[in-house]
Amino acid sequence: MSDTTEQSQIRDAIQKAIDEHRVILFMKGTPEAPACGFSARTVAALQSLQAQFAAVDVLPDPRIRQELSAISQWPTIPQLFVAGELVGGCDIVLEMYESGELAQTLGLGESAPPEPAPIEPQPVAGGLAQIENRLR
Amino acid sequence: MPDPQEIKSRIETAIPGASAEVEDWTGGGDHFRATVTAPAFAGRSRIEQHRLVYAVFGEEIGGRIHALSLQTRSPDKP
Repeated sequence: MSDTTEQSQIRDAIQKAIDEHRVILFMKGTPEAPACGFSARTVAALQSLQAQFAAVDVLPDPRIRQELSAISQWPTIPQLFVAGELVGGCDIVLEMYESGELAQTLGLGESAPPEPAPIEPQPVAGGLAQIENRLR
Repeated sequence: MPDPQEIKSRIETAIPGASAEVEDWTGGGDHFRATVTAPAFAGRSRIEQHRLVYAVFGEEIGGRIHALSLQTRSPDKP
């Protein structure tokens, strides 16, 4: 059925986005306008490390969240992936931020932060965005 | 509506040897914060530890239980 096909397209697009972005955050809302406190706190942790990350808003279509959770075996949003692996949700990311592990995982030096990079999340182009657009 | 006592007892029933402290984070009966200690966590990554707890509630997470914030510990570690 077409529903199933669309779901598997969404799943493929999510997987592709995870594969193509070293650091990618699935969240509610956008980094500029988070729609949930947990997403907001996770973005704040990443930004305070001046991490560059891609961000995907799961709110436009409930199937994004469904398929993401099916891939990650993780029930809640936000979800942070680094190098294709789920790092965690808000609790784990904040715990790792406080212990310094997050900077390590992101490959950012703790004592000598790299050049202040612009905190501009890269838009996720390609598959997922196309699917989102098509669904509107 | 779930309450902290229900969340606590379900975690402790489902995960052998677990002890859980649960509070209602917002007072609204749908955002909870739990600290869970269980022998089953030993040798597992944080992700796996949290998955074990989330698995107790399945589809209720994100639904009836809007949010369950977790801290997990194995008994031998502070």
